[in-house]
Amino acid sequence: MVGLLGHDNGLYADLTARENVEFVAQLVGAGTNDVESALDRLGIDSRVAAARAGALSAGQRRRTALAALVVRRARLWLLDEPHAGLDGQARAELDGILRDATRSGATVVYTTHESEVSGARIPRTITLSGGIVARDVDSADPS
Amino acid sequence: MKTGTTTTRVLGIFALMITAWVVVSAFFLTPADVVQGDSVRIMYAHVPTAWIAYLAFVTTAVASGLSLARKHRTLGFDRVAGASAEVGVLFMAMTLITGSLWGRLTWGTFWQWDPRLTTTLFLFVTYVGYLAIRRVDVDPVRRARRSSVIALLAVLEIPLVHFSVVLWRSLHQEASVLNTDGDVRLDDLMLFTLFSGVVAFTLIFVWLVVHRQRLAAMSDVERLVGLDAAITARRAESTVGGGGR
Amino acid sequence: MNAILAIARKDLRIEWRTRTLLARVVPFALLVLVLFAVALDSEPLLLRAAAGLVWLAMLFAAMLLVQRSFDVETADHALDSLLSFVSSPSKVFFGKALSMFVQLFALAVVLLGAAVVLYGARVDGDGVVLLVTVLITATIGLSVVGTLYGVVVANMSGRDSLLPLLALPVLAPLLIGAARATEAALGSDTIDLANGWAWVALLVTYAVVFGSAGAVAFAPLAQSDS
Repeated sequence: MVGLLGHDNGLYADLTARENVEFVAQLVGAGTNDVESALDRLGIDSRVAAARAGALSAGQRRRTALAALVVRRARLWLLDEPHAGLDGQARAELDGILRDATRSGATVVYTTHESEVSGARIPRTITLSGGIVARDVDSADPS
Repeated sequence: MKTGTTTTRVLGIFALMITAWVVVSAFFLTPADVVQGDSVRIMYAHVPTAWIAYLAFVTTAVASGLSLARKHRTLGFDRVAGASAEVGVLFMAMTLITGSLWGRLTWGTFWQWDPRLTTTLFLFVTYVGYLAIRRVDVDPVRRARRSSVIALLAVLEIPLVHFSVVLWRSLHQEASVLNTDGDVRLDDLMLFTLFSGVVAFTLIFVWLVVHRQRLAAMSDVERLVGLDAAITARRAESTVGGGGR
Repeated sequence: MNAILAIARKDLRIEWRTRTLLARVVPFALLVLVLFAVALDSEPLLLRAAAGLVWLAMLFAAMLLVQRSFDVETADHALDSLLSFVSSPSKVFFGKALSMFVQLFALAVVLLGAAVVLYGARVDGDGVVLLVTVLITATIGLSVVGTLYGVVVANMSGRDSLLPLLALPVLAPLLIGAARATEAALGSDTIDLANGWAWVALLVTYAVVFGSAGAVAFAPLAQSDS
């Protein structure tokens, strides 16, 4: 199963943040506990969770979309600029989530415009410039 | 760039010659009908256009099916489907116009809600919709997939329309006042002229579809060339500027 | 099955929150019935035309509901995301068609009520079973075709005029069938109950054909641009 997150969040504006995550959970067969822990993990408190997604700030919507992604437990994560619209603390949290996902065996591919990569340990970085591969650093363990 | 080749030129010349013969024969050589008089001559244009309208519908359906089913030449079949639908809509309009003119002269009304006419009318509006969706500007592969599906849905729709209109007319209690069999007794020359008309219009149809399809291929190529140029320009720009956003 | 229900429930929950059906589509459809009455200006003619006018209003209203249903999906590219993890795209099709059915069925009941009040149509004993069957089968057909063509034009510029142009010719057999069968159920001089049931057979065939077509065609149509 593929977890896809593009520039858009893929949320329903007229559902609450919690309902959006619950909807995804229902379709992938995840339980209420998974919804709670995903919301927790992204720091979405009950007040934010009960608000319409359309009324949330850009950062809160991004967090909700990420919570929906966590609840999906995808094997392959494809993220297009996931750090966009997040503040420093949220970025650190996001890196933590991505690390957890790779630890549990998932493959995470994401694009970013940040030249210095934050704390996360990234096995392979491909730098593109003008459509040409400028650098391909493979720092994965040989094992 | 040209869309013509020797084959299409020969085809075009044949089409013109046969059409010229049909015009001469239809207007001057064939006799007037005993009942309908000179108005029977509309038949030589009406029957071939109706034949082409349905030929185009079948061509579009088959080409769309092939476009969806095959891995290669998807776009080629889609262009044939689109070209055939465009020419088909033109001929369907001509069928409806010549048909209602003929109807005015023989039945006294422009339009009659009989199954054949009604089905043709719905076929016409369905294909007008099909062409409208083709005009929406998207990437050619997506357009090919979407328009092929719509053309195949039309194949489901038209028999249902025809069947429901037949049922509609047959359950209707006001019996048809008009004698719809409009049968004309055809002598050999009339039959031959009619047949020539069908051949001529078929050649014209093939000629138009081949050219239209090549034109579409050229504009697709032009689009790709434009895209390549844009990418090259972007690359040149970034090597000069030293990368970055 | 659970996925289909979850998707339908999601759509109905959004509808309940935004009240598009209640606040806009129902008033619009009723207005159409009133305007028909004004335009025709003849009570016997209205009574004779009641069934056809009700279904014509249903078709117009369905165009609005279908667009709303897919605007919700495309506003934030939720449909793309949904398709990336749902087990089968046909479940999305049936889920959305189901929520469409619930809304359109409610609308059909309201419009028939309006036909009784405004046009003097009468529902008597014998016709009730036929009437309910027609309402269900025709609304299923309308829901599947609406959903199918809704995804064709989803996210497309000019979709508001493209949807009717594409969908209404396809809905012609349904309009003919539903109008005649409803007329038979309401008691008419020109068509009897037995003929009404013949039309129900057509409506069932129609729903099955386009229901299956929609299940197959939804995936290639829903794949997004880019």
